[in-house]
Amino acid sequence: MSAINQSGWRPTAPQQGGNAAPTFTGNKALMLEEPLIFEIGDNHTTGVEVAPPVTATSRLGGLARTAAIDLPGLSEPETVRHYTRLSRQNYAIDLGLFPLGSCTMKHNPRLNEKMARLPGFADLHPLQPIDTVQGALEVIQQLAHWLVTLTGMHSVAMSPKAGAHGELCGILAIKAALEKRGEGHRKVILVPESAHGTNPATAAFAGFAVEDIPATADGRVDTAALKARLGPDIAGVMITNPNTCGLFERDLRTISEAVHAAGGYVYCDGANFNAIVGRVRPGDLGVDAMHINLHKTFSTPHGGGGPGSGPVVFSERLTPFAPLPFVEKRGDHFALVEEETAQDHHADSFGRMTAFHGQMGMFTRALTYILSHGADGLRQVAEDAVLNANYVLRSLSDVLDAPFAASGPCMHEAIFSDKGFAEGFSTIDVAKALIDEGFHPMTMYFPLVVHGAMLVEPTETESKATLDQFIGALRSVAERALAGDETLRTAPHFAPRSRLDETLAARKPVLVWKAPETTAEAAE
Amino acid sequence: MRYLPLTQPDRAAMLAAIGASSIDDLFVDVPEAIRLDGPIAGLPGHASELAVERHMTALARKNMSAGDGPFFLGCGAYRHHVPASVDHIIQRGEFLTAYTPYQPEIAQGTLQMLFEFQTQVARLLGTDVANASMYDGSTACWEAIGMARRITRRGKAILSGGLHPHYVSVARTMAKYTGDALDVAVPALTAETDLEALIAKIDGDTSCVVVQYPDILGRIADLRPLADACHAQKALLIAVVTEPVALGAIKSPGEMDADIVVGEGQSIGVGLQFGGPYVGLFGCKDKYVRQMPGRLTGETVDADGRRGFVLTLSTREQHIRREKATSNICTNSGLCALAFSIHMTLLGEAGLRALAAANHAGAVAAAERLAKVPGVRLVNETFFNEFTLDLGREARPIVRALADKGILAGVSLGRLYPDEAGLANGLVIAVTETTTAEDVETLAQALEEVLA
Repeated sequence: MSAINQSGWRPTAPQQGGNAAPTFTGNKALMLEEPLIFEIGDNHTTGVEVAPPVTATSRLGGLARTAAIDLPGLSEPETVRHYTRLSRQNYAIDLGLFPLGSCTMKHNPRLNEKMARLPGFADLHPLQPIDTVQGALEVIQQLAHWLVTLTGMHSVAMSPKAGAHGELCGILAIKAALEKRGEGHRKVILVPESAHGTNPATAAFAGFAVEDIPATADGRVDTAALKARLGPDIAGVMITNPNTCGLFERDLRTISEAVHAAGGYVYCDGANFNAIVGRVRPGDLGVDAMHINLHKTFSTPHGGGGPGSGPVVFSERLTPFAPLPFVEKRGDHFALVEEETAQDHHADSFGRMTAFHGQMGMFTRALTYILSHGADGLRQVAEDAVLNANYVLRSLSDVLDAPFAASGPCMHEAIFSDKGFAEGFSTIDVAKALIDEGFHPMTMYFPLVVHGAMLVEPTETESKATLDQFIGALRSVAERALAGDETLRTAPHFAPRSRLDETLAARKPVLVWKAPETTAEAAE
Repeated sequence: MRYLPLTQPDRAAMLAAIGASSIDDLFVDVPEAIRLDGPIAGLPGHASELAVERHMTALARKNMSAGDGPFFLGCGAYRHHVPASVDHIIQRGEFLTAYTPYQPEIAQGTLQMLFEFQTQVARLLGTDVANASMYDGSTACWEAIGMARRITRRGKAILSGGLHPHYVSVARTMAKYTGDALDVAVPALTAETDLEALIAKIDGDTSCVVVQYPDILGRIADLRPLADACHAQKALLIAVVTEPVALGAIKSPGEMDADIVVGEGQSIGVGLQFGGPYVGLFGCKDKYVRQMPGRLTGETVDADGRRGFVLTLSTREQHIRREKATSNICTNSGLCALAFSIHMTLLGEAGLRALAAANHAGAVAAAERLAKVPGVRLVNETFFNEFTLDLGREARPIVRALADKGILAGVSLGRLYPDEAGLANGLVIAVTETTTAEDVETLAQALEEVLA
């Protein structure tokens, strides 16, 4: 007598125990393996329909492509499924805390995405007549106004494509200014040893010699050493503030005065501006040039590694050397100053860094974000970012070594070392175990001045509940590292992949897919 | 503030846990004299979604967008139809809100996509390998010149007059600081490219010749003789492709033995976006891979023997090499590379070839129609989807006049070469699958009126 089953309903009931057999597909329920498009597509399949061409003679000059290109296609449903499956093998801010130090992985508001896609912004050609793009130029001008005002600087170059491109922009302006003064012999840029690797790479690219400045034991630039090195060969300094140890460079103003007195310029790496926006203006610290990563402080998405956007704010004395093009407001009209018009009133510009006008799609997103927060909200951003970082620092400093805990409050990021870990255990083991806990790891082994550095930047968009869970997880993992728990060495255990062989990848680089050799070819 | 989850009780509890009496305690290291004690004056306060949307929409409405009427602009940025699924997929949070794949165990989605992208780009350009993308075509072009310097240990680069003037401008800026000598030229309003002149300039000091294919006026020339001439002097041939859809119809530069091929990938998947963000394509011969700039993704295996992908050859890069790095670049254009790759997967070889054929046929028909406008001469003998008209008088005011009629008529060479009187009459017209026969007819008739 089972009236209930006449509907076909079979209630499941939990069963205890039992081991899983390997699956036929290699999939594990929601964890789905996905082949490469080259293994599932072919040269005849397409997911688009193109109207057949009108008959016409070829004007290709005898260069028609005859050999196969070998680009596999997929139908639309297969395409959507391929990329959706791939996406599920990624960690992302939308899934959880992503505390990569110096990367400012904050929430990306979707209003930004919606605004960037308005046809009036997204469907504009960069070479349209200026009268037809007044709204776009106004966006650039409004964003420029915010950036200049928030930083207390004199002007801004909007075109650099990313942070490192912005650094190059600042350094080239310094070089142009020195040459204009007839002091092109100043060849040395001083860079603290805790700097991002892009700083020395940029200075070297621009033809400068790079010299390291040591740090003091408290994690800041050694001001005395820096001042002692100043002289007639110094072009300038590149300083990150807040620095990569998560500390505010208290002496930056004094340093700027000394560098200026010695005839040099101060470049500030603004990667960490999130910690101070609305609380301090870099212009008040004597900075001459600073790039702003719109993809950090102003929440444009990181997109798996770009696109970024790196506008550079300038002091009055570097402004004449800023790159082309830029937007200028003339009455009610917005003008684009390019090579042509620059000859009249911007003749000292060091030139153009990129085709067209910069990362417009990032400008619309950043302006949307800035308007959403307003001046009051941006100040709150810095306060909450700093509060969250200090909360992490103080909540874990009993279990993890915090080398600069005595140096005062941290800014936007907390730094720990691997001191005290059991023999043979290192930061990477902690990082990989955090993956199993459902978090993206912190920045590892950077900055170089801290042994086994773990740099944690929670950002302001994390709730206290999330932070408490993260703190609990990192505490638990740290305790295992201190105790020498062998299972840490093989973490992660629950990710789509276990640790990957990076040495093999570099020794025998396989950078493009090649069809496996057929048996016949292999036998030859 | 809707993007800040901390509540006042949270903040109070956290300050107490830290042992701070107020948030100001956490900013004690900022010298007192420069601490801001409140929101910066003169800037507005926070605003609702609705209010911000209103503000931005009003700004967007002040623009005339490409879809508002007949549209013919190209010269390094092209309007193509992007399938709806491309934009849908790139907005999945797992792609949109991920970072550079530094932790490969939880970034296989991005890494596999980049490996697929690299393979697609290499096949399209005809190179052995390609990187995971650059900022855009213009910066990729400059990076290629720097790479040729490192490989040949020579400092003289010869740039074709057919190279996009913004790309030339970027190279000029950079060369001032690296000390490279650049031999530059401007194009002439002729059917022939400057290939022969370039060949004549190559000597034992030449690091590379940079040539655009199709060039800024839309002309196409066989690169093989130029490649041979370069190689005879142990110089490299760098080919620049600003319209990758063309490579669905014409031979790839790699097939003609170019050593480095760079490009602007915007045409496929990315959209116009007023000039950025775009996606730089960068491919080269296998033997030069260790001198290549930018990120690279490689195949490997994990501890359990399963295939996986990682960022590789990073000993070329700034975070390891610092001042000895091959480039200071730290990001690529990941999300635009994803858009490119999805669109290319939807197209496949069959779709790309069909798209290219439609573009070419439309351009041929348009060129024939426009050449019939009295006073107008078609400059090109060869072209793909873009060609140059000589209007017999200055083109820039004509373009403005046509914009007033609701037609975005193309790029006047006066806009790109303001100092070159000999180019002032040139108008570059691009025709893609988004251009209808009616659009062409509208342009032809309006041009007749304005030129009359």
